[in-house]
Amino acid sequence: MDLYAYQILDHYKRPRNYGVLTDADASSEQANLSCGDNIVMYLKLDDDKIAKLQFTGDGCAISKATASMLTEKLVGKKTTEVLAMDLESIRELLHIEISDRRSGCAMIGLSAVQKAIKNT
Amino acid sequence: MNPRSDFPILNKTINGETIVYFDNAATTQKPQIVIDAVSNFYTNSNANVHRGINPLAEEATKLYEDARATVAQFIGAASKEIIFTRGTTESINLVARAWGEASLQAGDIVVLSQAEHHANYVPWLQLKEKLGIKLAVIPVLASGELDLQAAKKLLAEPRVKLLTLSQASNVLGIINPIKELFAEARDLGIVTLLDAAQTVGHLPIDVLDLHCDFLVASAHKLYGPTGVGILFGRAELLAKMPPFLGGGGMIASVATDSFVAGPVPEKFEAGTPPIAEAIGMAAACDYIKQVSWTEIIKQEETLTEYATQKLVERPYIKLLGTALKRLPVFSLVINDLHAHDLADLLGQAGFITRAGHHCAQPLHDSLGVVASLRLSLSFYNTTEELDRFFSALDQVYQSFN
Repeated sequence: MDLYAYQILDHYKRPRNYGVLTDADASSEQANLSCGDNIVMYLKLDDDKIAKLQFTGDGCAISKATASMLTEKLVGKKTTEVLAMDLESIRELLHIEISDRRSGCAMIGLSAVQKAIKNT
Repeated sequence: MNPRSDFPILNKTINGETIVYFDNAATTQKPQIVIDAVSNFYTNSNANVHRGINPLAEEATKLYEDARATVAQFIGAASKEIIFTRGTTESINLVARAWGEASLQAGDIVVLSQAEHHANYVPWLQLKEKLGIKLAVIPVLASGELDLQAAKKLLAEPRVKLLTLSQASNVLGIINPIKELFAEARDLGIVTLLDAAQTVGHLPIDVLDLHCDFLVASAHKLYGPTGVGILFGRAELLAKMPPFLGGGGMIASVATDSFVAGPVPEKFEAGTPPIAEAIGMAAACDYIKQVSWTEIIKQEETLTEYATQKLVERPYIKLLGTALKRLPVFSLVINDLHAHDLADLLGQAGFITRAGHHCAQPLHDSLGVVASLRLSLSFYNTTEELDRFFSALDQVYQSFN
């Protein structure tokens, strides 16, 4: 049986940057009702770049690990760059195959970041 | 008896592993005899029904009406009490629109249970919005059984007009005491609707014995095709109901300014019906009779007992609903392991299960669970498959911990 890459399980069990960011410039909640995933992203900007990301919420390994990894990888990136990211960018980030049935799980964290950027 | 050889798909492999199909509550697999019935209709008898004075249309019409008779007999009803629909969901909507809108008024109460499928919630919530009816919800106990005391209290309210219940929850699998509750409803003059979607392929059903005014079911959970189901309604009720969808096939006559609806059941079958699918549904009923309820129930009880034992042996698994009188349906929750991950990883090894809230969000909310992993078995499953499943589950669990 193929198990998720170690990195994903690690981020799932020990999510990074987990918790409410009290001085956030914007936040956004994304939920996937059919599976019960729910991610809130908190965003702090430094001009047109991402200065800090934190998240709260719960979900499956893919959705939670993706959110956790994004809070590390997107810091320093320009908001325009982040807004242009898609499922392919997430695939590259996670280094795993994402099947169609899991694409919703994989995208929830990025959607939350992108929505938060639009909310600023 | 080896029914597995009747179902060609059970030999399918995924990633080199023969599939273990444990998603029968979502849809059952189809025996060759049903596939052949649908295929034979298109190969030899296809024509539209109730239209055209030609011999082919007559042949198709006869097959379609014979199918109605077979399905009627399968649940102890008369042919004229069976309406073919697209499935359980459409059947409930038909009752809500045709019977509900004509019979219910603001303040009237529809009683249902916490564990109902969304298909038995939303049409009534729509009537709540449209007419101002009220919904009264029978709670589910920790065992997964309905709170009968609460149910009896709710039914005693003077404005209760309908009791609508599933015979077994699609999540918990626990069989509800329908006969007892429906008898009580009948005594109080309350109309009864039985959602038999989950049970029709697992238990013999008799609409008279269960005091059903309406019964709804789908063919695809009965080893038949998708896209067809039935509404059973007592003849007096159907006769009084206005039509549901309008169109060809449901009328006696149409003028530019008015129409006259046709007789039951055509009144409720606007448009070309699912002809091949209805014939397939009848073939599925015949197949079940051929296998026999005795064999089906015996094997499913064996599987239920075996699976229960396997579950009890694993303290890391929480089973939703523990009552013993159940279908071979089990919804599991495992701490720190999301149902989607489980279903995905098990799926890669050939185990077909379902993760989510299974279209029963009110139930999951009341249990404080966002999602569960459901195994739903059928008589063609085996204890060996359960062994394979639980050893794979142990492996996934260990890898997450």
